[in-house]
Amino acid sequence: MISTEFEYARPKTLREAVRLLGRHGKSARILAGGTDLIGWLRDDLVKPDILIDIKGIGSLGKLSFRQNMLRIGAGVTITELTESRAVRTHFPLFVEMAGMLACTGIRNRATVVGNICSAVPCCDNGPVLMVYEAVLQVTGQEGDREIPMSEWFKGPRQTALRPGEIVTGVTVPKPAGRHAACFAKLKRYRGEDLAQASVAVLRSDSICRVAFGSVAPTPVRAPNIERILTSRMPPEAALEAAIDAIPKETSPITDLRSSKEYRGRMLGVMLERAVKTVASRLEGSGPAYGVNVLDDYTADAEGK
Amino acid sequence: MKKHEITMKVNGEVRSVIVEPNDVLLDVLREKLGIKSPKIGCERGDCGACTILLNGRTVRSCLVLAIEADGCEIVTVEGLGETLTPLQQAFLDNNAFQCGFCAPGMILTATELLQKNPTPDDDEIKEGISGNLCRCTGYQPIVDAIRTVSRSGKSGGRGKSGRSGRPHE
Repeated sequence: MISTEFEYARPKTLREAVRLLGRHGKSARILAGGTDLIGWLRDDLVKPDILIDIKGIGSLGKLSFRQNMLRIGAGVTITELTESRAVRTHFPLFVEMAGMLACTGIRNRATVVGNICSAVPCCDNGPVLMVYEAVLQVTGQEGDREIPMSEWFKGPRQTALRPGEIVTGVTVPKPAGRHAACFAKLKRYRGEDLAQASVAVLRSDSICRVAFGSVAPTPVRAPNIERILTSRMPPEAALEAAIDAIPKETSPITDLRSSKEYRGRMLGVMLERAVKTVASRLEGSGPAYGVNVLDDYTADAEGK
Repeated sequence: MKKHEITMKVNGEVRSVIVEPNDVLLDVLREKLGIKSPKIGCERGDCGACTILLNGRTVRSCLVLAIEADGCEIVTVEGLGETLTPLQQAFLDNNAFQCGFCAPGMILTATELLQKNPTPDDDEIKEGISGNLCRCTGYQPIVDAIRTVSRSGKSGGRGKSGRSGRPHE
């Protein structure tokens, strides 16, 4: 049961949604998949005067891939993302991440954009969009603007979005040249779980990008580690130095799912496996996308 | 709060109902439309007991507002077929539920899984039902039931099930 009383609007156009947002400001909440928002309403964590359901706005439900640019509209669900041939072909990291995000019944409803708008530290889309250097498109009564992922997260459940603004979608450039990636997610068991920690690694011949989830107030890029991994050091020495640099890039806490010590210790294992998996995928010999390279740890946790 | 009349196709039948914006779909299905197979479990999207098919895809009806479902098509186990589907028969044959609380959600989740992938292997079955909790069976009979339909190679025909040696068969 939800005790908060609110009105409900389902605008058919973005203009109408922006007008409603302008009128209601902070007392309005955008409703897309609702898999976070309905829970927050139940728990009285948010008490809006009005919900603006954006599922009636056709343009926001579009997913397209043109000129090496993927555009994910704000209404696109995790399931729709993974069913897209362009995503499966050109952005397999999304498929690897999405296979570990909640379960089918949630993925059928939850949206990519909603996941990063909720902005909880463990959001699985965060590290992936960060290593792809995705850019959010935002609109409001003041006009349109773009926000790079590096400037999006401001704190737990806090983003760079201003009152009256709405995210219309996110663009994801396909990395140039030969590249490979890996997403590793540490969970308490193999079923559905929020991340105890996560890491995304993306490499090409010229770039190396690393981002972590669940080990800082927001998902974070790790520029020091990226620098070390692209240095002239031999790969084994670079990996060792990169693992040593993890405490500089993260600040894990102890919570219901994990202790900070366990998170910190496992990040080293996770980074090593992700980097090695990416290296083997670059050579064409790595495991298919969709394998959790930490499955043996979750099996141990289950006592199997 | 403003009241709204919404219209949904529920198990093949067009139903209209008056709701308020904060009415949750699960509660409306159970209390206003008398459809009791979606169960009230965790009410936060974790357990899967309230699973329904909304426009052909499984969703947690505890995380959907009734008003969002205006104009949508809903299927619950009551509306899966005139008689038991091969999957439902396989659940019976394999004693795939004990208290039965998870069964409607499990069956709808497995129905969607088999529509997308008619021949899932055990890993795919386990991944498919990973969002549905069962506190009785230890899951193995459920995986067995889904596997018998998977092996039949089609989710539309009457599945021949044949797990023997279970106490109540």
